[in-house]
This record gives sequence, structure tokens and C-alpha cells, in this order.
Amino acid sequence: MNKTYEKYYVPAQSPWPIVGAVALFLIAFGAGNFVNEVTKQQPGFGGYVLAAGFAVLIFMLFGWFKNVIDESMSGLYSAQMDRSFRQGMSWFILSEVMFFMAFFGALFYGRVIALDWLSGGSNNAMTFELLWPEFEAMWPLLKTPGGIETQAMPASGLPLINTAILVTSSITLHFAHVGLEQSKRGQLKLMLLVTILLGLTFLSLQVYEYMHAYHDLGLTLASGFYGNTFFLLTGFHGMHVTLGAIILLFVFFRVLKGHFTPDNHFAFQAGAWYWHFVDVVWLCLYVFVYVL
Amino acid sequence: MSAVVTDHEHDHEHHDHKPSGIKRWFYTTNHKDIGTMYLVFALIMFFIGGTMAMVIRAELFQPGMQFVEPNFFNQMTTVHGLIMVFGAVMPAFTGLANWMIPMMIGAPDMALPRMNNWSFWILPFAFLILLISLFLPGGGPNFGWTFYAPLSTKYSGDSTALFVFSVHIMGISSIMGAINVIVTIFNLRAPGMTWMKMPLFVWTWLITAFLLIMVMPVLAGAVTMVLTDKYFGTSFFDAAGGGDPVLFQHIFWFFGHPEVYIMILPAFGIVSSIVPTFARKPLFGYASMVYATSSIALLSFLVWAHHMFTTGMPVFAELFFMYCTMLIAVPTGVKVFNWVATMWRGAMTFEVPMMFALAFIVLFTIGGFSGLMLAITPADFQYHDTYFVVAHFHYVLVTGAVFSIIAAAYYWLPKWTGHMYDEKLGQWHFWCSLISVNLLFFPMHFVGLAGMPRRIPDYALQFADFNAFISIGGFLFGASQLIFVWVLVKCARGGEKATAQVWEGAEGLEWEVPSPAPYHTFETPPVIK
Repeated sequence: MNKTYEKYYVPAQSPWPIVGAVALFLIAFGAGNFVNEVTKQQPGFGGYVLAAGFAVLIFMLFGWFKNVIDESMSGLYSAQMDRSFRQGMSWFILSEVMFFMAFFGALFYGRVIALDWLSGGSNNAMTFELLWPEFEAMWPLLKTPGGIETQAMPASGLPLINTAILVTSSITLHFAHVGLEQSKRGQLKLMLLVTILLGLTFLSLQVYEYMHAYHDLGLTLASGFYGNTFFLLTGFHGMHVTLGAIILLFVFFRVLKGHFTPDNHFAFQAGAWYWHFVDVVWLCLYVFVYVL
Repeated sequence: MSAVVTDHEHDHEHHDHKPSGIKRWFYTTNHKDIGTMYLVFALIMFFIGGTMAMVIRAELFQPGMQFVEPNFFNQMTTVHGLIMVFGAVMPAFTGLANWMIPMMIGAPDMALPRMNNWSFWILPFAFLILLISLFLPGGGPNFGWTFYAPLSTKYSGDSTALFVFSVHIMGISSIMGAINVIVTIFNLRAPGMTWMKMPLFVWTWLITAFLLIMVMPVLAGAVTMVLTDKYFGTSFFDAAGGGDPVLFQHIFWFFGHPEVYIMILPAFGIVSSIVPTFARKPLFGYASMVYATSSIALLSFLVWAHHMFTTGMPVFAELFFMYCTMLIAVPTGVKVFNWVATMWRGAMTFEVPMMFALAFIVLFTIGGFSGLMLAITPADFQYHDTYFVVAHFHYVLVTGAVFSIIAAAYYWLPKWTGHMYDEKLGQWHFWCSLISVNLLFFPMHFVGLAGMPRRIPDYALQFADFNAFISIGGFLFGASQLIFVWVLVKCARGGEKATAQVWEGAEGLEWEVPSPAPYHTFETPPVIK
């Protein structure tokens, strides 16, 4: 034991966690009411509570991160602390992977098992006979057993362009990281900015694609299992891209302030990991939702 | 590995002072404060969920409808389940993890102390939402804690959205708690605390935390699909749109089965700590315990469909899930064998923690055996959805998980409060609980095998005698827990001074710090032999 041990920083009391808990309370309680009010088109307080919850959450995030950044900048964190953050972020990303797995799992089950059984596969001859004898299993599911029809979203065209954009953004982010590690600040700033812009382009095209789906293809959230998996997978992915872009935007501001050094840049690293993760999700999504 | 000092410039002067007043609890970053809050919260929820169980047992005391409407009865079974699983057992284990893991591995605190406090404070709010939903027009969730579609989608009330979002934030809390535990264990062990020197409670919690991170997001996905199916026109669980209600069960149980191990693995860790102490022998087969725990965790991902044998899966799937389920009996058997072998020729004494641990070993094994019966596909066709299932999972959850939590509370109370608990009252608590819990759950096996369905407020006349008996057992078990509260309050207020080691045979870092444990422990890393 001849190593020297650094301090492990245990913060003093902090108001932010309980503010965050109140924020989540307002969000959950507000959303729980808001969903009922919107779907029944009744007036109510849900929307306001929900909005207040997000406001408190944003307030909390600013306060909490300000504390963390101040502590980090004043040198209170050791290498061990940095490992805690990195490991925490990795496990968080694993939990996100599992969240998407639930929806991919639903997609696979629906395509491989549920549709097959509805058309009489396995031991379900009578299910088919008695429920929807006209039903034909196909993917994309263009006509549901109940008779809702839709058109499929093609894999070429816009989705392919979007794939290229997102993959490029991961590459530019990598070069930003290289720039950070080699202290090439110009490259860092430029590449980070390009990454964020590519992310925003992706999101705009995604919105355009949704409009196209709703108006031209008749592909909606309510158009059966194909539409369900399409919108929930791409929708949650889009929410993650949005969050990733916000994270990278704040990282960009911190870069402008000169916060990161080649060997101390956890926030950059975490944002980059998150961005790459979102990119990988998109690749799986492109293959399984659009192509196959 | 580096380490471990908690102070920094500006709070030097408050060092080792507990902040006072309500702010201490709202703003705390101290793992012991947060652990205490988790444990107190779990106890309160245990009594709220327990009160609901009393309502259920009062209604079932005799056939016919007595006290409550069927819809309210369904809400009671649903919310009783949700509260006991997510509000009592899981937070109690997280509280124990918070208190004990940093002390057991020689860490100054949890790795991410502020997030730790956030994880806790989400819970009271989440359960507030769930309890508020009971008072909505149409009532609270009434579809069972497993919220099967289409009960939770087509046929559920307006409170479903509140249910969904409260489960979402409970999940956020669990995931953050699990990340904290896992990072603490990976990164904050004192120098010399190698993997195979870690106490088993730490090992079992490490694996539990991994399971939580893997499956809580899947639960979030399941409730999200329920939400969109109910409110936004999707048809994940509706065959008319190309979905399948059975898909819900697959997703739910992919979460749900690892979840039951989340609620029992820390219990294994607790019993593996208590038995060696009171047998005054080292744990038999430490390494095999670690491997058995890991195998149980891995297998837990391959057995979910044994909850669904009667849904009409292909025979191949039924057999696959049957054999995988039975395979779990092997590592579980290793554990029971090791506990018994630890006691073999030990110099045993029978203080309250040991009594609860012994009861755990016997009664959890009964629950395990009824689990094996349920695992047999053709037999399960008879047992499915009967009181036999209720008997099975209450043996593993009440005499398993809850008994282990009570054992842990008695075992570590002197370390937490600095006082010995009242041994005589504790023994009363144990014997009253032991007898009443068996009156309560054992006859459920018989009525279940005879065909009494679960979750129904009324039943056929031939089950009347057994049900009256079961209800009396239930009321007695509920009343017995009041003795526990009495013991806890008494011990918190005073009592015989506890030494640092507390128990003659106790070994481990947590027994080397004074009792009560100082507010900050191991600011400099301890030396591990």
C-alpha cells in the first residue's frame, strides 16, 4: 500500500434531489391527468401541472449541474470520482438499451409469432377460422385483421438519407473527441457544432417523414401493429436524439468556456457515448423497421 | 484503487456533525440517513399494504359479499401487490444496501450520494400518486399487480394513466438506486477488498442491481405500451390490430421473473451473513454461493414463460421453460445445502435474527418446492390462477423476503441505534409471526389444489372453513407485526448499550466500527487482511 490515495468527494447537503423528486411528481401526476383530458377533450389542470413539472425539472438540472461543474472546475474530483461518473453513465446506457429491447422484442414477437398465429400458424388453425378468416399475414402489415389499411414507409429515400446523416454525425463527433484529446480546439469546436447541426437536421427530416406518413401514406399511430412499432421505435429514438443534441449543445457551450482538458472531460465523454448509443439504436431500427 | 476521505474545504467545520431539523432528511447525501429513510418508508408501506390485505381477508372470511364491492376488492388485491413489491420489499432491501454496503466494503459513502437521495425521494411521491388514484371516480387500478392486457387496456378506468406514470417514476428510482449500488461496489471498495473477499450481502446486491438495470426498463416499456394501447389507439395487445394480448404477458414476465429474484437474492445475502454469526463458523462454500447466485440471475432471464403455461404456447416452448425453471432448483439447492452445512457442528445460539433466518431457510424451501410443483407444465394447468399460486409466492415473499428483512433489522439494529433490542419482545414477535404466518398461508395450498380461484371476492361454500381459518391467521400475522414496531421504537429510544462487535461470532468491517455507527465511516480506507 505505497500508493497515495486521493480524496473521494462526498458532497455536502444538496437541495436538488428533492427538487428533482418534486419535478417528477408533478410530471407524473400532471401527465396522468393530462392524458385523460386530451383523449376525452375535457378541460383540466393536467397540462399545467405537467408543464410546471418540466419547468421545475429544468430548474433542478441547471442548479444540480451548476454545482457539479463548479465542484469539478475547482478540482474537488479525483480520478476515482471520474470513474464513478463513467461507470454510472455506462450502466445508465445499458438500461436505455433494455428500454429499446422491450419495443424491439414486441416487434419481433409481432412479426414472427403473432401475425403467423393470426393467420393460422402453429396450433392456431381455429383462431384463424373463427376470428378473421380473410386475414393474410404480411410484413409490413398493410391490412390489419380488423381491416385498417395503410401504406408502408419505404426504406430508400428519406430514411436512407437520415441514416447517412446520423452515421456521419457519429463520425464527426469522434473527430471532435480526437480534437479534444490532441488539444486542437478549432477542430473540436467545428466538429462538435457540425454534429449538433447534423442531429437537428435528422430531427427535422424525421418530422417531415412523420407528416408524410400521416398525410400521404395513411400510416398513423393507430394503423395497427406496423404503425405502432414504427412510431414508438422511431418516436422514442427521436426523443433520445433530442436529448442527446441538448446534451451536446451544453457540452459545446462548456467547450467555448474552455472547460475540458485532454484528460478531464467526463461530460463530453458521456454526451459522446450517449450519441453513439443513439446512433447504434438507429442502425438496428433502420434494419428492422425500414429494411427487413 | 484509490480512496476515500469525505471532507473538503468548506464543510470542514460541520465535519461529523449531523445537520439538524427537517432539512437534514430532505437535503441529505449521507448513505445512513438515506438508508434509514428507505427502511422507515418501507415499514410504512408494509403497513398500508398490510391493511389492504386485512380488507381482502375480512371479505374472504366467509362466502358471499360482506364488506366491499367487487371492484373495490380488485383494487385492494392490485394495490396490495404493487405496494408490497415496489413499496415495501424493494425499498427495504435498498435501505439495507444503503446502510450496509459502504460499511461492508470500507467505502466513505455511496458513489453518487446526491443521486442516492433523489432515488429515495421519488418513491414517496410515486406511491402518493398510486394512493391518490384510489380516490378517483371509477377507482384505482383494479387489474391485478400484473396489469394483464386487455384488463389494463380495454377494461380499465381513468386511473390507468396515473398508474402508468407512477410505475415509470418508481422505475426511475429503482434504476438510479441500482446504478449507485453497482458503481459503489465496483469503484469504492477499500484497498484489499477483492471480489472474493466481499461479504455475500454485497455480492447478492451487486447481482440484484444488475438485474434491476436489465429489467426495470422493460417494465417501463410494458407500461408505455399499455398507455398507448389504452389512450392513443395502438394495438400492441389487441389482435384486431395485429397485436396479441399474450405479447403483454411475455414482456411483463420478462421483467417479472428477474423481479422475483430481485426480491430474493438480497435475502440470500442476509441469511448468508446471519447464519455464520450465530453458528460461529465461517460460511460453508463461499465461492459456490457466489456462483450459485450468478447462475440464478442468469437463468432468471430464461424462465419467464412458466407464468404463462396456460396461454396456449407451442409444446416446445412449454418444455423449454419447464426445464429451465427446474434447473434453477440446482443453484438454489446449493444455497440451502450451504446454510445447513454452515450450521453443522456449529456452536449455535438462537437470538431473534437467527430464529428468523432459520425460519427463512425452512419456509423459503417450502415455497421453493411449491415452485417446483408449479414448474411442471401439465400440473400447472391445474394449479394456474388458484390459491396454490398465492400460497407459493407468499411463502417465498413473506416467509422468504420479508422474514429476511426482519432478520436483517434485528441483526443490524444494534449497529444502527447503538442499543440492543428487547430480546424477549423479539422472541414474542418471532413466535407469533411464525405460527400465524403458517396459519395464514399453509391452508391456501389446500384450497388452491381443490380449485379455489385467486383474485375473486366470493367463493364456493366448501372453501368456507379453510378461508375462515386463513383469515384468522392473517389478522394474527398483521397484529404480530405491531410487536415489531414496538421493538423498533423501544430500541431506537434506548436500551442496553451495544458493543462494536455486537454479536460474539460476527465478522466483517461493519462490526469494527463503533455502535451506533458514526455519521461518516471509513473516511480513510480500512486495512483489509
